[in-house]
Amino acid sequence: MDLSYSAEYEAFRAEVEKFLAASWPLKGKEAELPGDQKASLLRGRAIEAGYLARSIPKRYGGSEQAPDVLKAQIIREEFFRARAPGDLAGIGPSMLVPTLLEKGTEWQKEKFIGPTIRGEIVWCQGYSEPGSGSDLASLQTRGELVGDEWVINGQKIWTSGAHLADYMFCLCRTERDAPKHAGISYLLLSMKQPGIEVRPLRQMTGAADFNEVFFTNAKTPADWIVGKRGEGWIVSRTTLKHERNMIGDAANSVMMFEGLVGLAKRTLRDGKPAIEDPGIRQRLAQLEGYVRSHQYSGYRQLTKAAKAQDPGRVGLMNKLVSTNLGQEMAKIALDLVGDDGLLEPTERRLGAPRDNGQWIGQFMWSLGSAVAGGTANIQRNVIGERGLGLPRDAAAQRS
Amino acid sequence: MNFDLTEEQELLQETVRQFATNVCTPTRRRAIFDGKDGHDTELWQGLIEIGLGGIALGDEFGGAGLELLDLALAAEVLGAEAVPGPFLGHSLAGLAIAWAGSDQQKKSWLPKLASGEVLGTVAFAEGDGRWQPDQWGLAGAGALDGVKTHVPFGAHAELFVVGTRGGGLALVERGARGLETEPLAGIDRTRRIAELRFAGTPCEALPFAVAAAARVRDAALVLLAADAFGGAAKLVELSAEYAKTRQQFGVTIASFQGLKHQLATMAVEVEPARGLYWYAAHAFDRVPAEAERSAALAKAHLTQVYMQTARDAVEAHGGIGFTWECDVQIYFKRAMFDRAFLGTPAAHRERAAALAGW
Repeated sequence: MDLSYSAEYEAFRAEVEKFLAASWPLKGKEAELPGDQKASLLRGRAIEAGYLARSIPKRYGGSEQAPDVLKAQIIREEFFRARAPGDLAGIGPSMLVPTLLEKGTEWQKEKFIGPTIRGEIVWCQGYSEPGSGSDLASLQTRGELVGDEWVINGQKIWTSGAHLADYMFCLCRTERDAPKHAGISYLLLSMKQPGIEVRPLRQMTGAADFNEVFFTNAKTPADWIVGKRGEGWIVSRTTLKHERNMIGDAANSVMMFEGLVGLAKRTLRDGKPAIEDPGIRQRLAQLEGYVRSHQYSGYRQLTKAAKAQDPGRVGLMNKLVSTNLGQEMAKIALDLVGDDGLLEPTERRLGAPRDNGQWIGQFMWSLGSAVAGGTANIQRNVIGERGLGLPRDAAAQRS
Repeated sequence: MNFDLTEEQELLQETVRQFATNVCTPTRRRAIFDGKDGHDTELWQGLIEIGLGGIALGDEFGGAGLELLDLALAAEVLGAEAVPGPFLGHSLAGLAIAWAGSDQQKKSWLPKLASGEVLGTVAFAEGDGRWQPDQWGLAGAGALDGVKTHVPFGAHAELFVVGTRGGGLALVERGARGLETEPLAGIDRTRRIAELRFAGTPCEALPFAVAAAARVRDAALVLLAADAFGGAAKLVELSAEYAKTRQQFGVTIASFQGLKHQLATMAVEVEPARGLYWYAAHAFDRVPAEAERSAALAKAHLTQVYMQTARDAVEAHGGIGFTWECDVQIYFKRAMFDRAFLGTPAAHRERAAALAGW
């Protein structure tokens, strides 16, 4: 057991550090550019240097590096430390690009991957429908091939960023008589067309990050399909053996925990820092047990991945663990902010620590993450069935 | 970056597991659990033979010269198989002498502890939750007067490492003048405890105790955390297996979502926490600045998780889980031992808070 990196990796770290010291922040005239242009300039140079878009072939705009989870981790750490923009997050780079790499046609890869990883085009994901949440394969939005075009009718919901997106990757029912899973195709389409209407859904936080999307004879070319007709379900399940970020998520939990301890130190109770309150100390120390567990579990998963070994069922638990952590932190934070819990996150506050509003936002946001991308209960099904080998749910088995 | 076990460490765990499954069968474990005495000397000798008497003692004393992590890995497996016996107290007595003893003391005792010729244990508790070196009040200059309680296998051990006032440690041998040992009806029948009474009892101080006593305490916390992880992980397996076997309404109860979610929740509490005791042991061996706090957090967290998992496991087994015959109760009571021995989770969380400067 050794948590340090070998000399080879430390040399790599020094190389990344040197690159960043020379490249970020931008200097001279470039420093005057708007933020997104600055980020895009740096990303281009970092791809050229082999630090970003590592799993993507050069001909599609990536840097085509051999998979190495430890190098990927070092790059993330160093970019984070330098506050430099790393690989673009978001649904396009994280979901569509790996899918295209595995299942897309040559022209699809050439057309879409480069602009997506450079942030020039933005995607949204058209999966959930009002009647199809956990039981996604029951989806009803129809795609019909008319001449050389797909004509799409129906509705998607919970579509994050649809109001900002240029394109959507979308699951549609194209094979009317096929069984449930076999009737679905994976289509790409432009969001900028008359057949599409986007209506924002306002969340309990007050923000509107996701939407309903209505399709009325929306159109997309016949060859904007990924995989064959009726293979959409399988295509949507595609995952690549690319560099997965095993401990980034745990690092976020550690950072948030440290923020919470900071809040407890700054918050006064009866004139004394709240962190001196025995109850708060107990809750924070109890929470830290979970936070450190998550952190070390990330180290172990990273080690296993570096050795190309299966981390086992603990790999299925990461989302639920970080959701649980987010919820618990939010509850403690709400107790700490006290009266400030009466105010909207954005309202001004008298003499309170500045970040109280953010913690109130987090109190609500932490619920969003318990639902998004598979509810906590669906996660428990997966852990029970795939992790513990329990039989599948009787209803799910029948369908 | 390597946060995983070596092949040797995996082999060590496999060796202990093999021994436990082949030799410490459920029937034998049950006989010990239900027996009056609680110490199966033949089983203990078997554990000594596979090297558990001195994993972390120097090879010049007949030990394996390994580290706390290796010892904790053995503790995890003993916890998983709920193996009865004096491993905890015996290991700690050896470590205390190795870290606090004079050359002469080490030479006299460590080979005998490593070979199992002498059974050792530690006597720390003085009642009312006083377990820590800075809470010890037993007068320790030349002769001992007073009481120590919750001493693991205190009625069987031949050598006691006794915590004394000011964080000292002293050796007392069975048969010493004025020493009385009396078995207590301990809740965990796989790890019996006793009370020790001293009246002008001669003792021999360990010269380097002031620096070493807290270190022995931290090692103990890591071993308890490891045992707790092993036991809790095993309970998840046992509960899932039971759910896959037991039938109601014509199907296995594992297909009911309510139970499936309970089992998943148990697994999510336990599995990711393995690294907590690994890291505490690693810090103990290699990162001194983090050792004390990591041990406190690991013991607090894992023993609480173990206790809750044991409660959940009883529930998951239904009526049978609540019976004396069901082996879940053996784990349940080991969880009670791990949780209370050396102080409650709350006590160690408060220590962790103070150590962080909160």
